[in-house]
Amino acid sequence: MKLTLRVWRQKNADADGAMSTYEVDGISPDMSFLEMLDTLNEELILSGEDPVAFDHDCREGICGACSLVINGDAHGPERTTTCQLHMRSFADGDTIDVEPWRASAFPVVKDLVVDRSAFDRIIEAGGYITAPTGSAPEAHATPVPKPDADFAFEHAECIGCGACVAACPNGAAMLFTSAKINHLNVLPQGAPERETRVLDMVAQMDEEGFGGCTLAGECATACPKGIPLTSITGMNKEWLRATRKAGRR
Amino acid sequence: MARTVWNSTVGKKTVMAVSGLVMLLYLVAHMIGNLKIFFGAGEFNHYAHWLRTVGEPFMHYEWTLWLIRVVLVVAVIAHAVSAYQLSRRDIKARPSKYVHRKPRASYATRTMRWGGIILALFIVWHLLDLTTGTVHSGGFETGKPYQNVVDTFSTWYGNTIYVVAMIAVGLHIRHGFWSAAQTLGVGSRTRDRALKTTANALALLLTAGFLAVPVGVMTGVVS
Amino acid sequence: MTSYTAYTTGEPVADTKAPAGPVHERWDRRRFEAKLVNPANRRGKTVIVVGTGLAGGSAGATLAEQGYHVVQFCYQDSPRRAHSIAAQGGINAAKNYRNDGDSVHRLFYDTVKGGDFRSRESNVHRLAQISVEIIDQCVAQGVPFAREYGGLLDTRSFGGVQVSRTFYARGQTGQQLLLGAYQALSRQIAAGNVEMHPRTEMLDLIVVDGRARGIVARDLITGRIDTYFADAVVLASGGYGNVFYLSTNAMNSNATAIWRAHRRGAHFANPCFTQIHPTCIPRTGDHQSKLTLMSESLRNDGRIWVPKAKGDTRPADRIPEDERDYYLERIYPSFGNLVPRDIASRAAKNVCDEGRGVGPGGQGVYLDFADAVKRMGREAVEAKYGNLFDMYQRITDEDPYRVPMRIYPAVHYTMGGLWVDYDLQTTVPGLFAIGEANFSDHGANRLGASALMQGLADGYFVLPATINDYLARNPHQDAVTDGHPAVQEVVAETQDRLHLLLSVDGDRTPDSFHREVGELMWEFCGMARTDSGLRKALERIPQIREEFWRRIKVPGTGEEFNQSLEKANRVVDYLELAELMCLDALHRSESCGGHFREESQTPDGEAARRDDAFSYVAAWEFTGTGEAPVLHKEDLVFEYVHPTQRSYA
Repeated sequence: MKLTLRVWRQKNADADGAMSTYEVDGISPDMSFLEMLDTLNEELILSGEDPVAFDHDCREGICGACSLVINGDAHGPERTTTCQLHMRSFADGDTIDVEPWRASAFPVVKDLVVDRSAFDRIIEAGGYITAPTGSAPEAHATPVPKPDADFAFEHAECIGCGACVAACPNGAAMLFTSAKINHLNVLPQGAPERETRVLDMVAQMDEEGFGGCTLAGECATACPKGIPLTSITGMNKEWLRATRKAGRR
Repeated sequence: MARTVWNSTVGKKTVMAVSGLVMLLYLVAHMIGNLKIFFGAGEFNHYAHWLRTVGEPFMHYEWTLWLIRVVLVVAVIAHAVSAYQLSRRDIKARPSKYVHRKPRASYATRTMRWGGIILALFIVWHLLDLTTGTVHSGGFETGKPYQNVVDTFSTWYGNTIYVVAMIAVGLHIRHGFWSAAQTLGVGSRTRDRALKTTANALALLLTAGFLAVPVGVMTGVVS
Repeated sequence: MTSYTAYTTGEPVADTKAPAGPVHERWDRRRFEAKLVNPANRRGKTVIVVGTGLAGGSAGATLAEQGYHVVQFCYQDSPRRAHSIAAQGGINAAKNYRNDGDSVHRLFYDTVKGGDFRSRESNVHRLAQISVEIIDQCVAQGVPFAREYGGLLDTRSFGGVQVSRTFYARGQTGQQLLLGAYQALSRQIAAGNVEMHPRTEMLDLIVVDGRARGIVARDLITGRIDTYFADAVVLASGGYGNVFYLSTNAMNSNATAIWRAHRRGAHFANPCFTQIHPTCIPRTGDHQSKLTLMSESLRNDGRIWVPKAKGDTRPADRIPEDERDYYLERIYPSFGNLVPRDIASRAAKNVCDEGRGVGPGGQGVYLDFADAVKRMGREAVEAKYGNLFDMYQRITDEDPYRVPMRIYPAVHYTMGGLWVDYDLQTTVPGLFAIGEANFSDHGANRLGASALMQGLADGYFVLPATINDYLARNPHQDAVTDGHPAVQEVVAETQDRLHLLLSVDGDRTPDSFHREVGELMWEFCGMARTDSGLRKALERIPQIREEFWRRIKVPGTGEEFNQSLEKANRVVDYLELAELMCLDALHRSESCGGHFREESQTPDGEAARRDDAFSYVAAWEFTGTGEAPVLHKEDLVFEYVHPTQRSYA
C-alpha cells in the first residue's frame, strides 16, 4: 500500500504546530497503524529528520498510552485503540490525517504526544477505596451480587486513554470520571466513601478545565472499551444523591 | 449546597434540566390553551380572561398569572445563564479544532446552542407581539387575543418567525428532554428507549400543536 | 583483556537473611527478628521506587502508608500504564475456596516443581502463604474479580496445576490488579506521601560508600538529567524480555534500571532463564514490532493440534479428525493441553521444526475451539473467552469461532533478574529489587498466574516488612549531595553516554540494532540452545556492539523530548545484557525449565536436569563491558520438595 500522511508536527508545548505531509510506501495491510508510523520514523531518522513523536507502549490495547486522532476520529475508524487498528482498514492511495488529542486540559507535549496528567489528578481526588495494606477482611466476608460485580467490572475496564475527551465537542472528561465512580460506588467496599468520592472527583474534573457534558454521545462512540453513555447518567445520579446528603448534614 | 450546585458543571446542568422541565410543562399547558382557538373567538377570549382570574377568590385578579410569569422568568434566566456559562466553559475546554473535521460530532451541541438562541429571540418577539403589542402588525387590542393572533399569522414574517421557532422548539425538546433525564440520573439502559420515544413524542406533539394555529389561520379555518 | 567466556568462579553467595527452622515458620520468624523503624522516624526516611507496576505500585503505596517518604518514578506518562496491566489470565492464591484439595503447601509444592527445582524453598513458601492475603487486599480495594451467582469469588484452573486456584477478572486480571495498586498509590500521592515523577527514566544508580543512595534520572519531556537521593532504592522495573526485540513486553519496557544496577555491583542471577509463552499470535512479517499474548487460560478448553502429515497445507476444516495430531494430549495424557508453559512451547517448536507447522512460514499450531463450542455452546465460550477471541480477530482478521486460532510461542517473562536475598535486597546494601526485576521465586520456569502473585506479594507484603530492617540498622547516614565525587562521576558518565549517542551520527537506527541483536538471541538463546550456537552468539554480540557505537544515528538533541535517544540508550544495555544471558546459558549445560540445552535431553526428547552439577543459582558479578564476569554460586537446598524429574505425562 502507498499512503499520504498528513501529520501534526509541533516541536514542543510552546511552539506553534502545523500539518506536514509525508508519503509512505510498501505498507502491508497486516501492519498496525503504529507499525506504519514506525516505518515512517525509520525513514525520517535515516534522512536526518526528526521522527514523529507519539505515545505508545503495550501495543495490545490495554495500557491506554496510544492516542491519535485519525481522520477526525479518536483512535481511527474502528472501535479500538490506535495500536490495534490495522492498515487493512484503509485503502491503497488514501490520504490519512493524524492529529493529537485536542483539549485544553491535554496540552500537547510534542507532535502527537499530549499531557494527560489531569486524569491522574482526578483519580487522586477520590478514585480509590481506602484500604491500607494489611487491613483487609477475608475476601469472602462480603459477597457481592454478580450483577453488581459485572457492573463494576464493565466500568473498571476504562484504560484512561482520553479518547472520550478527544472526541467530545466540549473536551469533557465525564465518561472517564463516571467510569471510575460507577466502578467503585456500586461495590459494598466503596460505600463508605461513596459521597465524598463523587463530589471530589467531579470538583477536580472541573478544576482541570474539562468542559461540561451536552450528551452528544461522542465519548461513548469513541471509547475503545465500550464504556456506555449511561455511565455519565449514573455519575449524575450519584452526584445529586451526594449533594442532597451533604446538604442535610 | 446551592454553592456546590452552582459551582459544578454537573450542578449547572441540573439547573438547566430542572428549569427546562418547568418550561416544558408550561409549553404543554400553553399549547393546549392555544388549541382553543379552533372553537371560536368566544371560547378563546374567555379562556384568556380566565387565565387572569385563576385562583380567585383566594388570589387577586392576575396574581396567579404573575406568579407563573415570575416562575417562568426565573426558569428562563437560570436556563440561559447556565447555558451561557457552560457553553463558554465548553468552548474554552476545546480551543483548537481538529484539522480534519467531522460534522456529526457537534450536531446535538450545535442544535442546542443555536436553537436556544433562536428561542430566546423568539420569546422576546413573541411577548412584544402578543402580550404587550409593541411590535404587533395589526391594531393590537388588549382582551382580544383571538383577533391579535389572527393578525400576526396573516403576515408572511409572522408565520416565518413562528414556524422556524416551533421547529427549533421541537429539536430543543427532543434532545433536551432526554438530556435532562440523564442529568437528573433517571436514564438507564433499560429505560433509554422509553425516554427517547417520550422525548420524540413530546417534541412532535408540541411542534404540531403549536403549528396548528398558524396553519389554521393560513388555511382560513381560523379567521 | 580476557575472553568473555573465560569467566572465573568467585566466592559462593549465600542468603543470610532466610531464617532456619520449619519452612512455614520462617516468614513469621523473619518478620519478628527484623528491626522496626519507629513510626515517628519514618517521615524522615526517603525511599526511591523505580517503576509503578504491580510490584512498584503496591510497594510505593504501602511504604507511604507506613509513613515513609516515597519518591517514585515511571517512564510512562502515568503510573497506571505499567506493563503489568497487560497480564490477562489471573492470579493464584491458596484459598481453597473450591475445596478441591488446595493448600498453602500445595501451592508451594507446585511452584517449586513448576520452577524445575531452581528456586529457593523459603521464598516460594512465603509466596504461597502471602497469596491468601493478596486476594483479601485486592477485594478490599474494589478489584472486580469474577464472581459466581451467589456473590462469591470464582476461580479457574491454569496451566501446570490440577486445582482451581486462579482468581481472575475476565481476561484483564492484570489491569484490574494494577488499577487497584495505582489507586492506592494515587491516594498516597494526593496525601503528599508519594512524590511521583512520571515520564522520568532511571539511567543509573548512585552508590556512595558501598550503599545505594539514589538514582540519576532523565526527565523525558525536557531532557534534563537530575539526581535523586534516598535512604534506600527499590527497583521494580520489570523484566528484560525485550532483549529479544519481539516479545510480549511493552515496547518501552527495558532493562536499563537493573542493568545499570548490575554494573554498579548488584549480582545478576540466572539471566538465561527466560520464559517462552506457548499461546501467542504468530508474527505476520518483518514489520512486526511486538507479539501479542493470548491468555493460556485458552488451553483449558481449546485443543492444540497440527496435521499428522508434513507440509499439509489444506485449510483446517478440510483436515479430517484422524489426520490431526493432538500432540500434547498424545504425549502427556494426564495433563494434556495444560502442561507447563516451557513444555507446551517446546512441543510446538518441535512439531514446527518437523515441518508440520501451520500458517504463513509454518510457524504456528492450531488452538481449536470447535469441541468446546460443541460441548459448552457458543454463548458459554463467548462469555469465558469473548474478549480474547475479539482481540485475535482484530489482529489476524480471522474468526476463531469458525477457524481454529493459530498460535506460536513468544518470549514473555524473565525468571532471571537481580539476585536478592530473603529480604529482597541485592548485593548492593540498600538496593532492593522486587517483582520481575528480581530472580527470586520462579526458578527456571514460572507457572501461569504466578507473576501477578509475586509482584503483589513483594510490593504489598514482603518489601514493606523487610526494608524496615535495613533502614533501622543503618540510621543517620550523612546526607548525600550533588557535590559528592561519587555522584558527580555517575552524572558525568550518564551525560557522556547520551552525548556520545547523539554525536556518532551514523547510518543505522536504534531499532535496526535492537532487531539484529533480538533475532540473534531468538535464534541462539531462545527455545532451544546449543553450545555451538551460544558460542556463535557470544562471538557476534561484541561485533554488533562495536558496530553500534560506530554507526548509530540518533536525531535531535538531549535537551528535548527525544524518543530515539531513549531507545538508543536502552539498546546500549541490551547489547551488554544479551552477552551475559548467552554466557549463563552456555555455562549451564543442563536443561531445566525454560532453559533447554539440546545436549541435555532424555532419549525421548525431554529436558534432562542435572541436579548433581547445577542445583544452584548463578549470580554473576560485573567486571567491565565485554570483560569476563565472575560467577558466584548459591547452592539450593531442598528439604521439603525433593527434586524429581518433572513428569506431566
